[in-house]
Amino acid sequence: MDASRLPERSLESDAIAGGAGEAVPHDSAHLHVSGGAFYTDDLPEPRELLHLAVGMSQRAHARITSLDLSAVRAADGVIDVITAADIPGVNNCGPVIADDPILAPGFVQYVGQAVFAVAAETVTAARKAAKLARIEYEELDAILDPLTAIDADSFVLPTETIRRGDSRKAIDAAAHRLSGRLHLGGQDQFYLEGQIAMALPREDGDLFICSSTQHPGEVQHLVANAIGRLNKDVVVECRRMGGAFGGKESQPALIACIAALMAHKTGRPCKLRLDRDVDMIMTGKRHDFVIDYEVGFDDTGRLEGIEFMFASRCGMSADLSGAINDRTMFHCDNAYYLGDTTIVSHRCKTHTVSNTAFRGFGGPQGMFGIEYVMDDIARYLGRDPLDIRQRNFYGIGERNITHYSQTIDDNILEEIVGQVATTSDYAGRTADIRQFNASSPVFKRGIALTPVKFGISFTATHLNQAGALLHIYTDGTVHINHGGTEMGQGLFTKVAQVVAEELQIDLERIKITASDTSKVPNASATAASSGSDLNGKAAQAAARKIKKRLVRFAVERFGVEPDEVSFRNNSVRVGKETLDFVEFIQLAWFARTSLSATGFYRTPKIHYDRSTFSGRPFFYYAYGAAVSEVIIDTLTGEHRLLRVDILHDCGKSLNPAIDMGQIEGGFVQGAGWLTTEELWWNDRGELKTHAPSTYKIPTSSDLPVDFRVAMFEPGQNQEKTIYRSKAVGEPPLMLSLSVFHAIRDAIASVGGAGCRPPLTAPATPEAVLAAIETLRDEEAAA
Amino acid sequence: MNAATGTVRFILDGEVIAIDNPDPTRTVLQYLREDLRRIGTKEGCAEGDCGACTVALAEIDRSGERLQVRAVNSCIQFLATLDGKELITVESLRSSNGTLHPVQQALVDCHGSQCGFCTPGFVMSMFALYKNNAEPSRRAIDDALAGNLCRCTGYSPIVKAATDMYSLATQLEEESSWLLAPSTPGGTCGSDEQARCHRLASIRHHESLEVATRGRRFIAPRTLVDLVKCRCDYPQATLLAGGTDVGLWVTKELRELETLIYTGAVEDLRQITSSKTHLEIGAAVPLTDAMPAIVAHWPDLEELLLRFASPPIRNAGTLGGNVANGSPIGDSMPALLALDASLVLTKIWDSDLKLSKRSLSLNEFYIDYRETAREPGEVLECIRIPLPAAGAQLRSFKVSKRFDQDISAVCGAYYLELDGNRVAVVRLAYGGMAAIPKRAEASEQALIGREWTIDNVTRAMSALDQDFEPVSDMRASAHYRRTVARNLLKRFYLETTSTDNTRVYGYGRQSVA
Repeated sequence: MDASRLPERSLESDAIAGGAGEAVPHDSAHLHVSGGAFYTDDLPEPRELLHLAVGMSQRAHARITSLDLSAVRAADGVIDVITAADIPGVNNCGPVIADDPILAPGFVQYVGQAVFAVAAETVTAARKAAKLARIEYEELDAILDPLTAIDADSFVLPTETIRRGDSRKAIDAAAHRLSGRLHLGGQDQFYLEGQIAMALPREDGDLFICSSTQHPGEVQHLVANAIGRLNKDVVVECRRMGGAFGGKESQPALIACIAALMAHKTGRPCKLRLDRDVDMIMTGKRHDFVIDYEVGFDDTGRLEGIEFMFASRCGMSADLSGAINDRTMFHCDNAYYLGDTTIVSHRCKTHTVSNTAFRGFGGPQGMFGIEYVMDDIARYLGRDPLDIRQRNFYGIGERNITHYSQTIDDNILEEIVGQVATTSDYAGRTADIRQFNASSPVFKRGIALTPVKFGISFTATHLNQAGALLHIYTDGTVHINHGGTEMGQGLFTKVAQVVAEELQIDLERIKITASDTSKVPNASATAASSGSDLNGKAAQAAARKIKKRLVRFAVERFGVEPDEVSFRNNSVRVGKETLDFVEFIQLAWFARTSLSATGFYRTPKIHYDRSTFSGRPFFYYAYGAAVSEVIIDTLTGEHRLLRVDILHDCGKSLNPAIDMGQIEGGFVQGAGWLTTEELWWNDRGELKTHAPSTYKIPTSSDLPVDFRVAMFEPGQNQEKTIYRSKAVGEPPLMLSLSVFHAIRDAIASVGGAGCRPPLTAPATPEAVLAAIETLRDEEAAA
Repeated sequence: MNAATGTVRFILDGEVIAIDNPDPTRTVLQYLREDLRRIGTKEGCAEGDCGACTVALAEIDRSGERLQVRAVNSCIQFLATLDGKELITVESLRSSNGTLHPVQQALVDCHGSQCGFCTPGFVMSMFALYKNNAEPSRRAIDDALAGNLCRCTGYSPIVKAATDMYSLATQLEEESSWLLAPSTPGGTCGSDEQARCHRLASIRHHESLEVATRGRRFIAPRTLVDLVKCRCDYPQATLLAGGTDVGLWVTKELRELETLIYTGAVEDLRQITSSKTHLEIGAAVPLTDAMPAIVAHWPDLEELLLRFASPPIRNAGTLGGNVANGSPIGDSMPALLALDASLVLTKIWDSDLKLSKRSLSLNEFYIDYRETAREPGEVLECIRIPLPAAGAQLRSFKVSKRFDQDISAVCGAYYLELDGNRVAVVRLAYGGMAAIPKRAEASEQALIGREWTIDNVTRAMSALDQDFEPVSDMRASAHYRRTVARNLLKRFYLETTSTDNTRVYGYGRQSVA
């Protein structure tokens, strides 16, 4: 990253090193690059450690008529085997509803479902033994896709509907109507570090769990339930994950529960590390969707009414599908005022792996729907898609209430889109592209500008809380702990910067420590882009609490007024004197001042009634816009990303380098979702793309040839977030919708006027060529 | 056979490591993480596709005086193949006083790590680039990183670091360690590099390596005679070349391989020779070395060969292994079929250990899915590629979901000699279209002796339906494969008749040079 691309920042911390707003490197960068960062599998292994492997279902839906594990037990190095019958507590690892068995209870509901676990002296011995099971099944009818599920009335949760006005009437009365069915694929998280947990027995039946998890508290809770104990008996720790992206929000519970159950049974430490293929087969992914829409609009392309039907593949259990599909419903407006609206959301139960959180959490799928509609309207009317998008933007002071009754009062769409349209020369390049296409029979170019508006907060209001624990030691160094987890997003760095800023000490004096359920209890998952917002505020509260005590100490000790005490650049000013921070802390300790404090934060203003899908679920919105240009080969359907311009809103960034990494990384990950990353099941419900050899995430050569990324200036957040920053984890992913629509734009040049290319996502070469063939057939028929 | 030794010797951080009879299929990654607890090197996929496990190997190069560094995937590299080499891991690069290597420091400065799990692998691939290329182009950087997946950063800061690392190197003292100095083409060999070469020379075995443990063996012959004799002695043995496929039998299928015969130490198979009529590539020549030799004659193959897996795979994997393995989706075979390459197959002729060799057209080598015409006792000695005839044209096109390091949905290779505008010689070969890599005979017949025109090419495109009945799988549907097989032939026609760019990936990109 070029430092000159980063905006200059100066909050109140010009003097200290590493305060809020400074582009300091990730706190573990020096460890990452030298191999010194410990992930769960790198922790020193305790004596007598057992290694586990999981025996998986080979059927999508079946009763187990015989489970013969004698050969497994007899295999070299095997110490023990467990099945559902060995679970002393509750056989469930589902986070919301208890419908997710840890080990199959006599029947299986997807290929890859855990049936038993084996413990052995080595990883290889355990894995080899697991293959020796003889399982007989009585096969049952399997539902393998969402549409079949709807026909069969097969759902993991009830269908939900949001209505505003009379959409039927509005559509019927509109000057123009369009409808369509869209197919949108899922996505594997493909964190580089696979799922892993290590369970260590402690005295009296207690367990200590090292888990690669975004949600240590939930692992603690589900492990305790599984072994028939209570939360107080289980401690869960996570220093860092090797990537997560939502894939370690609920999924690690399964892994940790199996390790815990085996440790509970054998009394020995147990580690379960999934092989990559097993990980991809056994754990959940982003939901794939079928989306139907019907829309009515006027001559200018402005929406009068719209109806959406979303059908998502939830898999065999509810997992987080309720909140994920809710977020799809909330985000199927993206940046647009929808008019009269009916949104129906089916949460389809299929006999495939239970789908789960993935960066954007259902939001991207909703936005995919409305962006497709915008594109269709533009193509139908023969207008530039950007005109249609801008025409439908939420207004300021009018047309600014969402279909879930939240008033949008921080709208910067026009500015951000206007700016990037200008800096990218959208209009000039669009004209060039039309000219190029007219004279290029094989290659076609396309361009698209799409906006992002993404709601920030957990939609389940109660999750918007966080705690922190801060100690100052007598040498003036600081230990900070909070409920968030580090998955690479730089949360620990940002929170430490907040503490540095508050205490006015250099960042290097602050030790960032592993997430630990015994230090900060009942923490929410690090998810919904909320990590810095919540934990930064909680850490700030803890620091301020201690500062208050320190001021009181100074007032008593030096006989000054409270406003004569200030913290500045590694020192404390008391009246006219300046004390070194370390010296000051020692005096405070000597005077018996408490130097440890907890901090707590709950997001203000939000409220939301799920029974009516109305209220203010989101504290604020994050915005962005991207312009993508592609070239496609009409002989093969291959494409190349030629240029991307991004302008993204981070508020007043806590760390511009880290935020830039989130923008670029999120965009590329989204582009992978919409282009190369294809999940492919066969007709037996077996996922055949379960390794990097068959599932293709982007590599460095997939980057745009010309990639221009900037942060929206001047960044701000009208809400009082931590130093007025904005969440940045998820929103940039959806900037990649511009890539999909640029490809669609290129394909459209093959068809006649008004054609709407039937492009499915991901836009693999095959999908692109299929859309081209359809348009050519239409042309030939016309 | 010469007297064998059962001790694997290699160098790590300046120390000679000697391991007596290691498990024949223990991987380098298992050794590092489990035996040495050097946990910097990570397992991401255990199949050579993500790069988290990347380490570097140094060997004495062909000149005999300089070190050559290459990145490999430690997850599928067997420990015994380290014999005679220097192993360099991410921990090797940081100096004892904690100072980061320029490659590492550049990644810190550029914010090139987020979760950090892929980072050690990137460090090692970048280290190999640093030691091999003094001024890489963007495409060369992309190629160096093609075997390393990062899910967090979106790669921009890593690419930036791969550019910036050289400027950090300029601040180094002159007589610094060989590890710290970037590639200097034509530069002299420093004292540290000399010392390392000497150390490597000192551990070199001149006899076969034969590792045995609990009835399982790893045998690394040094000569062709020893190799074919060994093949006779152990008819059921698995021949191991680069191990980029066999490694997965162990890590993924958990197969217990009883006897492995490693071709990588057989000097006779590591030669590239050129006659007036042919280029001969020894069966154990790594793809990294085979590629430039082929591209020198057929420049158009550069794209195909760069897109062949990734550098760590090409550094381990061999052209001979790709050909002999006989996968229907191996990327080298369509081009070799189009070039009318042949194979030299060698076996023991009599009890005096005389060798018998036969030459077989590659077109006759593949019989059915992973079944070849190789006879018992035969080993593949080399691949013979005819040198270009005047005016001959060759193209090979690969279509896959991702540009770099993917497996073909369809790979087409086309050879054409025209007499005037009449087709004198034509060979059309495809991968991904049948159970074996295969020539399209009906389509060729539709062209031979006819004018090279779009009408005749269109007829040949239709004839492909008689040649192939492709399957649908996770890479592509049968319909797509058929359509693209036809369209690639059309692309070939377009490339032979116009100068327009017809490769979308070449658009706006520099070449790798």
